[in-house]
Amino acid sequence: MEKSVNYGDHDDLNLEATELRLGLPGISSSSDIGYEKQSSSASTVVVVRNNKRASPEGIMTQESSTKSNSSVSDARNVGPDSHHQPLAKAQVVGWPPIRSFRRNSFQQKKTDQGDGAGMYVKVSMDGAPYLRKVDLKVYKSYPELLTALENMFKFTIGEYSEREGYNGSEYAPTYEDKDGDWMLVGDVPWDMFIFSCKRLRIMKGSEARGLGCL
Amino acid sequence: MDPERKKVLERVAVSTFPDEVLERVLVQLKSHKDRSSVSLVCHSWYDAERFSRTHVFIANCYSVTPEIVSRRFPNIRSVSLKGKPRFSDFNLVPPKWGADIRSWLVMFAAKYPFLEELRLKRMTVTDESLEFLALSCPNFKGLSLLSCDGFSTDGLAAIATHCKNLTELDIQENDLNDKSGSWLSCFPENFSSLEVLNFANLSNDVNFEALERLVSRCKSLKVLKVNRNITLEQLPRLLIHAPLLTELGTGSFLQEHPACQYSELENAFNKCMNLNTLSGLSEVTALSLPALYPTCANLTFLNLSCAALQSGELAKLLVHCPCLRRLWVLDTVEDKGLEAVGSNCPLLEELRVFPTDPFDEDTFHGVTESGFIAVSYGCRRLSYVLYFCRQMTNAAVETIVQNCPDFTHFRLCIMNPWQPDYQTNEPMDKAFCAVVKTCTRLQRLAVSGLLTDLTFEYIGKYAKNLETLSVAFAGSSDWGMQCVLGGCPKLRKLEIRDCPFGNAALLSGLDKYESMRSLWMSGCKVTMNGCRLLAKEMPRLNVEVIKVDGSNESQADKVYVYRSVAGPRRDAPPFVLTL
Repeated sequence: MEKSVNYGDHDDLNLEATELRLGLPGISSSSDIGYEKQSSSASTVVVVRNNKRASPEGIMTQESSTKSNSSVSDARNVGPDSHHQPLAKAQVVGWPPIRSFRRNSFQQKKTDQGDGAGMYVKVSMDGAPYLRKVDLKVYKSYPELLTALENMFKFTIGEYSEREGYNGSEYAPTYEDKDGDWMLVGDVPWDMFIFSCKRLRIMKGSEARGLGCL
Repeated sequence: MDPERKKVLERVAVSTFPDEVLERVLVQLKSHKDRSSVSLVCHSWYDAERFSRTHVFIANCYSVTPEIVSRRFPNIRSVSLKGKPRFSDFNLVPPKWGADIRSWLVMFAAKYPFLEELRLKRMTVTDESLEFLALSCPNFKGLSLLSCDGFSTDGLAAIATHCKNLTELDIQENDLNDKSGSWLSCFPENFSSLEVLNFANLSNDVNFEALERLVSRCKSLKVLKVNRNITLEQLPRLLIHAPLLTELGTGSFLQEHPACQYSELENAFNKCMNLNTLSGLSEVTALSLPALYPTCANLTFLNLSCAALQSGELAKLLVHCPCLRRLWVLDTVEDKGLEAVGSNCPLLEELRVFPTDPFDEDTFHGVTESGFIAVSYGCRRLSYVLYFCRQMTNAAVETIVQNCPDFTHFRLCIMNPWQPDYQTNEPMDKAFCAVVKTCTRLQRLAVSGLLTDLTFEYIGKYAKNLETLSVAFAGSSDWGMQCVLGGCPKLRKLEIRDCPFGNAALLSGLDKYESMRSLWMSGCKVTMNGCRLLAKEMPRLNVEVIKVDGSNESQADKVYVYRSVAGPRRDAPPFVLTL
């Protein structure tokens, strides 16, 4: 569940780790990926400093919460001063307040559909009894993907040309993009393709030839 | 009241109003608030009311004991119970905290063997309990479990097997152990009384043929919400058997084979002309959405919170939904999608916008203040909003409440704690001040963003009808909480996390807590001594502290205070200290 580590005693505080700086993260002497557990009296705030985010204004740290047990007079100590940025990559228990079933269903969706970082998409082939899945991230270019599909479904795709689509076979590889439209594979740059492709379909017969004649 | 005067009045009441007439009248009363008022009039009215009551709603299962309830109300057929504090939904309450239904079931078996309905929210329910319920109450008809935990699909199997007269099985958003979908096949082959079936949040496959047969047998089925394993191809086979459906939760709305079963789906939806509520639609795409258009004309509630629609797709759909009163969406629709809401749904009363990537600050998707403003211009009847966003301004909220002054529920969640107005860098005080000043009917408020005590001064002063207040990462000092406790005459539930409120604030509410249902404070500056003092001063309150591992001895990490006639809990686990 939740872990709460109390730094009630000031001597234990790693003050350098909580020092506000005006440099890029990762330059300081503290650990590269600063992973500090600090707590206000009950809720745990886990601050993960992310090297990828170069934040010119400085790194916001959770120094305020470590002070929250001590001084009563400093009434605004829970909360940033105006020159702090909002928490960078902080994850607080139970925040934002959404129920677990909703959180879980989205983690599942992300792994199902992929979000650009390793992505499996379904491949259907007209006439095949079941669908397959391929990880688009594994391939670096169209020829690699098409060869893999040819092997998977035991067929041959023709030669791609911008003018005539896939000539020389009765199959045409198509994909559904983010807008829900069915597009011919190969028209857009590879990187753009893998980000917009939601699923693949290998069309067969007259439907495929129809596309080739466009 | 003077006892003599009371006797005189009672005699008058009895002689001018025979009991039979009174009971006939009271039977019509459904609202528990009305019944409470009736029971306070005099002894004979109290008696008439308690004999005629068939439904009891217990908002805090620890505020009363099963014995007290059964003694007062001998003829109960339907019970609603709520257990854990609301913040348990967000993992702020450790597991095994309590709210076990067991002791209530034992009482039901003895005193309410004719029990027909049980609705539980945030209770712990075991499989054994479910089986015990099914076997003890032969006339049991309706079970609704929302945000409960402790059971598995075996418990559902027991209900399906033994409850011969079941009309409702509503399993929503629970933390259950989903072992398999075989529970559905436990309904006997001659069972046909089901009217409500909701298993949308279960993840295992049920036997589709069994489901199809069940739906075709249950001619009175009005509500059907299936899980996402039911495919778009399978859906029409269910719909043709259920023409009376008023609420439908679809499974996956993903078309595996483009243009394939489209016509079958369209025909099925064409037959369902009584639908007023639609949900599910997971994995919906622009291709499959148009199948819905014919049914949308009469829709009043559209729940798209599991469907990651883009703005264009939503806009096209909403054109067909002019009668919409309630809409739930994901923030994938973005501000443009919300503009479409404003343009197409003039009757809208409730809007909820859920975040898709709540933990990922790098994504700049989602909705902003512009979307909310657009909705407020088009939907002037808006009274309920739940809005998750990453940026907001005071000016935006001021405009919104000017457009929609009838808010009864205003729940704004700016997802980054302590975030100021991003344009002016000021606190968000002005926003919530505008809300409480303008929306005089406000019953429920959730605040967020960078807030000083000023917000709470205004809340205390102006929120005359406020019943529920949720506060997180806000306020500057004890004064803020003191203002709320000193004002807000109708306050019933106050839940606070991670605010700089301490003992002075806690103790300023002594007069108030007995008129409130409960108070929750976690991550604040309250100490054990403060809580002990509260417990000492107010013996009829239960003051409970949940101790968290490794925390300071003198700090009261999580405090839960509630009024109770049951005395201190007898089933408290070791980490709950009753003071």
